[in-house]
Amino acid sequence: MKQSSDPMSSKKPFRVFRGLPQLSMLVLILIINVINSPSFFNVTIQDGRLFGSIIDVFYRGVPVAILALGMTPVIATGGIDLSVGAVIAIAGAVTASLAQTDLAGWQIISLVLMTGLACGLWNGLLVAWLGIQPFVATLILMVSGRGMAQMITEGKILTFTNPAVDFISRSAFLTVPTAIIIMLAVLLMGWVLLRGTALGMFVEATGINRVASTNVGVKTGAVLTTVYMWCGFCAAIAGLIITSDIRGADANNAGLWLEMDAILAVVIGGTSLLGGRFSLGFSLLGALIIQAMNTGILVSGFKPELNYIVKALVVLAVLCAQSPALRIFMAKLGQKRRAAS
Amino acid sequence: MALYDANALLVVRGLSKEFPGVKALTDVDFTLRSGEVHALLGENGAGKSTLIKCISGVYKRDGGAVFLDGQLISPASVEEAQRLRIGVVYQEVNLLPNRSVAENLFLGRQPIRFGLVDVKTMRHKAREILRRYNLEIDVSENLDRFSVAVQQIIAIARAVDLSAKVLILDEPTASLDRHEVAMVFDVMRVLRDKGIGIIFITHFLDQVYEVTDRITVLRNGYLVGERKTAELPRIELVSMMLGRELDDKAQRVKTQLDQFGGEPVVRFQSLGKRGVVSPFSFEVRGGEILGVAGLLGAGRTETAKTIFGITPADFGEVVASGRKVSVKSPVDAVKLDFGYCPEDRKVEGIIGDLSIRENIILALQAKKGWLKPITKGEQEKLADYYIDKLKIRPADREKPIQLLSGGNQQKALLARWLATNPRFLILDEPTRGIDVGAHAEIIKLIEELCGEGLALLVISSELEEIVSYATRVSVMRDRKHIRELTGSEVTVGHIMKAIASDAKEGEHETVV
Repeated sequence: MKQSSDPMSSKKPFRVFRGLPQLSMLVLILIINVINSPSFFNVTIQDGRLFGSIIDVFYRGVPVAILALGMTPVIATGGIDLSVGAVIAIAGAVTASLAQTDLAGWQIISLVLMTGLACGLWNGLLVAWLGIQPFVATLILMVSGRGMAQMITEGKILTFTNPAVDFISRSAFLTVPTAIIIMLAVLLMGWVLLRGTALGMFVEATGINRVASTNVGVKTGAVLTTVYMWCGFCAAIAGLIITSDIRGADANNAGLWLEMDAILAVVIGGTSLLGGRFSLGFSLLGALIIQAMNTGILVSGFKPELNYIVKALVVLAVLCAQSPALRIFMAKLGQKRRAAS
Repeated sequence: MALYDANALLVVRGLSKEFPGVKALTDVDFTLRSGEVHALLGENGAGKSTLIKCISGVYKRDGGAVFLDGQLISPASVEEAQRLRIGVVYQEVNLLPNRSVAENLFLGRQPIRFGLVDVKTMRHKAREILRRYNLEIDVSENLDRFSVAVQQIIAIARAVDLSAKVLILDEPTASLDRHEVAMVFDVMRVLRDKGIGIIFITHFLDQVYEVTDRITVLRNGYLVGERKTAELPRIELVSMMLGRELDDKAQRVKTQLDQFGGEPVVRFQSLGKRGVVSPFSFEVRGGEILGVAGLLGAGRTETAKTIFGITPADFGEVVASGRKVSVKSPVDAVKLDFGYCPEDRKVEGIIGDLSIRENIILALQAKKGWLKPITKGEQEKLADYYIDKLKIRPADREKPIQLLSGGNQQKALLARWLATNPRFLILDEPTRGIDVGAHAEIIKLIEELCGEGLALLVISSELEEIVSYATRVSVMRDRKHIRELTGSEVTVGHIMKAIASDAKEGEHETVV
């Protein structure tokens, strides 16, 4: 979000704007990608749709980005949602089985989204009203969700052809793939939900001090339930996109480990796992950083195994750049330099 | 001033310390004699901690000199200061809570036998040390099994046993109740009589007069003066600390109750909660302050939380503005135009990482609901208005509230409720842990709010304070409201008598 212009900031040593570590990391990765494969930024138009590695970063990054947008307010309340990968599998199974019926596209999509909301409601009730730790509460759905998805698909990989579902991943609007537009729409929705209302502030207040927030009359239970429902809703959208992309539902593998990438994206985006301040924009940036690495390694011809190690190193670098210890060190360095000059 | 006093133990001359942009100490003199308890006083930001840290090796001084027994010293670390026999005990006990008392006493210097820690000898020695402080406890128990007071004494014992000549106590009594404070004071007196020089930092003036021999006052990094405690009247001490004359609060003419014939703003009829607070009945009118007094654990905070719906009542009824209402949660209370500033500001009041602005508008926003956000512009206007009106410092509305001093946090929390335009405000220990200047400002604020027609319920342990502003006082004991004092009965003596009345012998407060 925008930093308020503070007349004091010019006097303070080394006050960089908040997204600098993330932005510079993304730029750095893109530069490395270009060095490894000079055609990285080449963009062509095929079938009325943009193609190229850089477009791929956005396109392939969509599921994790949407998950991260859902996960951000959850983490800001000091919680976590481990079940989003399983919700993707459930959403995929529901999509695939409904795609074989006569239901209209909007009906299928509405039902899938409602499934996601219901999953979120379940998590929210466990966390907010039963007081179960979010890690454990969402672990329940993480484990059982895949089982449910398998029951829906009856253990098979369901494939289908349905023009309405196809539309989600195989069309483009003004040459921009629809999936990317959906991602931007989710960002907008999240922004309206959280920053267009006072909900975002309540989320941060609840994450920082739930007792004090309750004492001033914030309905913290409702706040928690709402963010988990939003997270489930986003996971269902991600599930729709993934299912549409492969024209099938694989209850075992759809969305597997994606919850980890989403959490990673949020953390890279600067939201503390202890809860508090959050920014949807930076979480999106975090998701793009992850995908830029994935794509970069893929097109450069390195072994995909390398991906995991590089990912770990990048996360380490971003977290170091954000660490308070480094900030203090930099501030001291700045003082010394000024004292010397 | 003579450079050396006959008994001078620690002599500080012309000490200066500068931090980037701030001159924390300027040319400060300080003399500690052996066998005295020397209070180091000053408002927040006066430079007390900086002085202590320069003496104890945490900071390096920029100018001036420190002599210990006539020798110039410049400890570069806490360890070095310790070797020079300067020991420090902080407000937050700096020991290991999950290790035994004996281990804590001998941490880093455990007696060794056959290459292993000799537990038996260690425990024996520990018992011996603590006996000197009249502390007979099981030294093999973990430290956190004991009260903060006992932990504090163990920390002192450890510092002294590291052969301290100079003992610095940085607000050791801040979180202790009266009985525990007396325990720590006994220990301080024993050590003083042994010839140790004690520097004692505290916010409580009563304690200064109870235990210290001499007072040094700092203000804004400068020395204001050094006096003998016995020769310094309280009011003069306060004006030394504040640098201005203080109104004599006792002179205030109290509002007479009969002036207000109108309907009470709130009336509680046999309100109570099983096992928390026995049923109580009272009413509060506009322009009236109802004080609640009682010892620690008497049920004062529990009364407030029951009224505000944090621990909703099991029985009884609430009548607000002539209408029977039910308060099942803070949400209900806020809707009825109630407000509540809790005793534990840090845990139950402030949202630490959020800005002053967000903290101020939070209750109003909660009252309006999440769908009607207060615009950024309105938020800024509200925050600036209250920062100006209540003199919240620093006057930077975007600063995280956790960076403010206790007094300013309290003002911001008051602002939070004032922004909701309340009719009934509950203040739980509004002046606890607040420096003297902010203390006076907050009391003035309370009186102003009362004058503006607000109904207030104020809980406080400071009896003089309650007496100075309350129209009536409800006295509590053992989770019961036992007595309501009105008119000329509102005096410290009457309150104490009420607390002490038909109390059983050897009775002690139990916290459920």
